[in-house]
Amino acid sequence: MGKVLVVTSGKGGVGKTTTTAALGAALAQAGETVVVVDFDVGLRNLDLVMGAERRVVFDLINVIQGVAKLSQALIRDKRLETLWLLPASQTRDKDALTEEGVRQVIAELRERFDWVICDSPAGIERGAILAMRYADAAIIVTNPEVSSVRDSDRIIGMLDSKTERAENGSRIDKHLLITRYDAGRAQRGEMLSIDDVLEILSTPLLGIIPESQDVLRASNVGAPVTLANQLSGAGRAYAEAARRLQGESIAMTVPNQKRGLFDKLFGRRAA
Amino acid sequence: MPIASQRTMRFLGRSYMAFVFTPEEPLIEWLAQLDSWLARSPGFFGGRPVVLDLVNVKLHKPGMVHLVACLLERGIRVIGLEGADPAQLGPDLPPLLSGRAVNSNELIALARPEQPPAAPPKQQPASLLVDRPVRSGQSIIHPEGDVSVLGSVGSGAEIVAGGSIHIYGTLRGRAMAGHMGNSRARIFCQKIEAELLAINGYYRTAEEIDASYRGRPMQAWLNDNVMMITALN
Ligand SMILES: Nc1ncnc2c1ncn2[C@@H]1O[C@H](COP(=O)(O)OP(=O)(O)OP(=O)(O)O)[C@@H](O)[C@H]1O
Ligand SMILES: [Mg+2]
Repeated sequence: MGKVLVVTSGKGGVGKTTTTAALGAALAQAGETVVVVDFDVGLRNLDLVMGAERRVVFDLINVIQGVAKLSQALIRDKRLETLWLLPASQTRDKDALTEEGVRQVIAELRERFDWVICDSPAGIERGAILAMRYADAAIIVTNPEVSSVRDSDRIIGMLDSKTERAENGSRIDKHLLITRYDAGRAQRGEMLSIDDVLEILSTPLLGIIPESQDVLRASNVGAPVTLANQLSGAGRAYAEAARRLQGESIAMTVPNQKRGLFDKLFGRRAA
Repeated sequence: MPIASQRTMRFLGRSYMAFVFTPEEPLIEWLAQLDSWLARSPGFFGGRPVVLDLVNVKLHKPGMVHLVACLLERGIRVIGLEGADPAQLGPDLPPLLSGRAVNSNELIALARPEQPPAAPPKQQPASLLVDRPVRSGQSIIHPEGDVSVLGSVGSGAEIVAGGSIHIYGTLRGRAMAGHMGNSRARIFCQKIEAELLAINGYYRTAEEIDASYRGRPMQAWLNDNVMMITALN
């Protein structure tokens, strides 16, 4: 039985889709079978970041409505044979996503893949709730700024109340991923520090992804950054986050910063 | 054919917590004050029951209707009136309630009218322990007794308690203690970055909290209806 992850944030544009693609590709590179699922009905993006936009025939909503079988809608990645995409519909109405439909699709995906990674739409409405509804674990994507952190706090509250796990009295695992971190701006006090973010959200840290031009370049060529540029700062940070998801413990590194903080952070993570 | 159902109809009494507004003359000023409060906390009263206590204002029926309409315009729905002259009321105004600040023992008794009062009521109202952080958008409402939070209260989250509020973490949201009319309730927190503190309806917003307290442990209490804040270290 595979593990279902939701990549969520509340606030828009913080890097959920980038993260879904990068972690999906990194896990597939490690030999795991992975499907990335686009829940952003009407604003789909994941197909572009994965470079599969010209191969979309059927989508999640077709499967839910019984128009297509799951196997017809799944698109295999051209570079990694254990990586698959289940696209969202760009044209259909969001209301076509039903709770029961989502439950069935997720259950079927869980049977077939080691990892099911759901790319949530922004916001706290229906789409975001359905994306998290059947997850075992959540990756909360946060940028180091006040509004993003507050929205993440809100989303964490919803993960603890609106998911099936929460309703059954168990908890959903939560991992915080800080993205678009700019060491220079953090040092000048123009962004919240990592410590501030951790203090406010009190959630274990999965990784820190630097702000990097490589992310944009990768999405322009239709490849997850972990495939397009494995040696870039962002590519490496995502690959490490993927290994932590698999259970490895790797020391946390703050992008482009002096040693001292590493230890401090690692100590904090272990605490 | 006989009527199928022999069930008797039951009407149960139940008590709820409502916010009580006590307007004062001049009403224009009172409304302006309300507006400035709402500007800081938009939508705060949306969907919450509000009772209008008119003891401090002398209003005839048109005045009351106007006031209720003014509140509705601001998204505040008045479910009942207090302190109004019964002769001035009518079907176009909310009903008159005969309320008063109740203590929690009376509250418990009111809430279960069908049960005979068994053992003498408990001396201490039940306190509520929240053993995880209270996240943005969540609200904990506990009309009786104290609330303790083991963790922080996020920006945009709120705690409403009949008694005192204890936060073993950072208070970034709002804390409203003594909500059923208890002036002796207090608010304690390990680190204050609050958006709002209120005790028995007397409040202070973030701007009115001395910046030197920020990030420190503190307590807040009422002294003659003036909120006092002191550091705990
Ligand atoms: N680490 C990064 N460095 C630089 N740019 C980034 C980084 N992460 C994401 N971006 C850019 O930010 C923009 C938004 O990213 P993305 O689409 O992944 O966010 P999202 O959270 O999925 O947005 P939405 O809420 O609209 O779905 C994109 O242009 C992306 O290239
Ligand atoms: Mg997206």
